[in-house]
Formats: sequence, C-alpha cells, structure tokens
Amino acid sequence: MRRSTWITLGLVAGIIAIVGFALVLDSSRSGDDDRFIGTDTAATTQIEKDNPNYEPWFKPFFAPSSGEIESGLFALQAALGGVALGYTIGALRGRRRAEADEVAATADDT
Amino acid sequence: MHIAEGFLPPVQAAAWTVAAAPFIIHGGRAVVRQVREDPDSRLLLGASGAFTFVLSAIKLPSVTGSSSHPTGTGLGAVLFRPPVMAFLGTVVLLFQALLLAHGGITTLGANAFSMAIVGPWVGYAAYRLVGRLGGGLSLAVFFAMALADLSTYSVTSLQLALAFPDPETGILGASAKFLSIFAVTQVPLAIAEGLLGVLLIRILRDVAMPELVRLGIMKDPAAPPAQDAPHDRTGA
Repeated sequence: MRRSTWITLGLVAGIIAIVGFALVLDSSRSGDDDRFIGTDTAATTQIEKDNPNYEPWFKPFFAPSSGEIESGLFALQAALGGVALGYTIGALRGRRRAEADEVAATADDT
Repeated sequence: MHIAEGFLPPVQAAAWTVAAAPFIIHGGRAVVRQVREDPDSRLLLGASGAFTFVLSAIKLPSVTGSSSHPTGTGLGAVLFRPPVMAFLGTVVLLFQALLLAHGGITTLGANAFSMAIVGPWVGYAAYRLVGRLGGGLSLAVFFAMALADLSTYSVTSLQLALAFPDPETGILGASAKFLSIFAVTQVPLAIAEGLLGVLLIRILRDVAMPELVRLGIMKDPAAPPAQDAPHDRTGA
C-alpha cells in the first residue's frame, strides 16, 4: 500500500482508539450513575447544586420533550452537515475531473 | 460548551452579546466578500461550515466518564481566517438554540464568543505559529483544530466562573471547578478532533489543490517544491 494510505489508516485508528479507550475505561467503573453525561448538562447541574437560589430567567421557546427525540434531532443535524460536507467534496472532485478533461481535449485539438 | 438558556445573569448575557456582536457582523461581511471575490471558494466555504455543523452535533465519550462534542471551527479558521468562522459558528449555535434547545438565545452571545470567536482565533494563531516554526500543513492543522476546540471549552469555564463565583474561593475556585468539568473531558476529544482535521485536509489537498493555492494554504505545486508548508497569505 502507498504511504499515504497508511497515514490515513493510522489517523482513523487513532480516533477510534481515543473513543474506544474511553468506553473500555468506563466498563471497569461500577455504580448505577448515568454514563457519559454531557459536560453541558454536568455544568448546569453543578450550577444548580452550588446556587440553589438561581432561577433561569428565560426558557427555550421549544424544547424536545424526550431524550429520544433530542438524540434524533442531533442525528438530523449531523446528517445534514454530513450530506453538505460530502456534496462539497464530491463537487470539488467533479471540478478537478472537468478540468482534466478540458486539458485532454485541448491537447487532442493541437 | 453550550451555556444553557437563562443560565447567565441578564447583565452578563447582555454584555457577552454586545462583545460578540461586532465580530459576528464583521464575520458576516467577510463571508459575503469571500463569496464575491472568489466564487470558486464557495465549496470550501460550505465544507468548513458543514464540518463544524456535523462535529458540534456529535457527543463523544471521554476518559473522564462524561461526554462532550468537538467544535470543528479550526478548519474554517485556517482556510478562510477567523472572522468567517465567527459568522458560520454563530449560525450553527443559533440553529441548536432554536431547534434543539441546546444553548440558548440569551446565552448565544457568550456561546458565540467562546466557540465562534476565541476558538477560531486561537486555532488560527496555532496554525500560523506551527507553520512559522517549520511544521508542515498537517501538523499545523492538527494544532489548529485541537486548540480551537480546547480553548472554546476553557472560555466557557471562565464565563461560568464569572457568573457563578464560588462562595468561598471566588472566581478562581469556580474556574477550577468548571475547568475540571469541561477542559479535562475535552483534552482527548480535542486530540481526536485534531486527527480528524488532518484527515480532512489530506482529502482537500487531493481534491481542492487549486482552491487551497488561491487561499494561500498551499504553494503552487507547479512552482518551487516544499509544498507542504503553510505560508503567509497575501494581504493577511
């Protein structure tokens, strides 16, 4: 395989290892606490614990009523972004191909 | 790094909004100018926005036993300079505040300040510094992505510490407390984000070389060698 393919595989393996290590580490934890609470939620909980008198003075206009719906909306956001990212890379690839064809065509003409 | 709706006292929420607004407006103008002056760069601009859109939706598990999302703002900051990301990052935050009840309208200014302003600037500074020290494009992008991510969460910690100082240890103690929630969790995730950024810039180098050359990220491969080093942009 080419060197650049190895580098790509190494990068992917690195990302998987970092996430995987966190999951493996967690499996050795005991207790019934919720796992992998979002840090945003953890910070809000901390504020509420330390400042029991603080009242949030503004409420969201719309809030997903269940965790399932919420993860669905987050998945939707990721999907929209993924589609857009994939489209741009595909379109760039198409642009390169068109340029190559053009060069080939001019070369044929001469 | 999303401070929840209503979780900043009104005065501070307003102050962060006022502080962030000029950056965001300037960023909006920068986006318009970019599109007008170099229409061919629209696809890369879209890729930068889409990248931060995807990453800020994905919560990843961390070694601390909590989870957190990357920010993905470093890439656009490197490609288009930080003002563009001030605008794109704020659009993402607005989307999440309105449709996911994640973050909020009252805290949009503070969240934009950390994710869309400080993060991209720190990332861009890291990119320039690594480039100047002789690091290649991949290394520079790695540090840009990782530090944009990490600095965003550090700013959030400080913002919350300012708003909710510890009764005994004050702002300093509260900073330590919030940093231990946010920043520690974020370190491995920032490294993962840096690796992902390197993956993406390698793909872009394959498919978008002329655009990257025009943006000043890459030297023209037809010109002299040493094409892996980021170099100064013209007029930057």
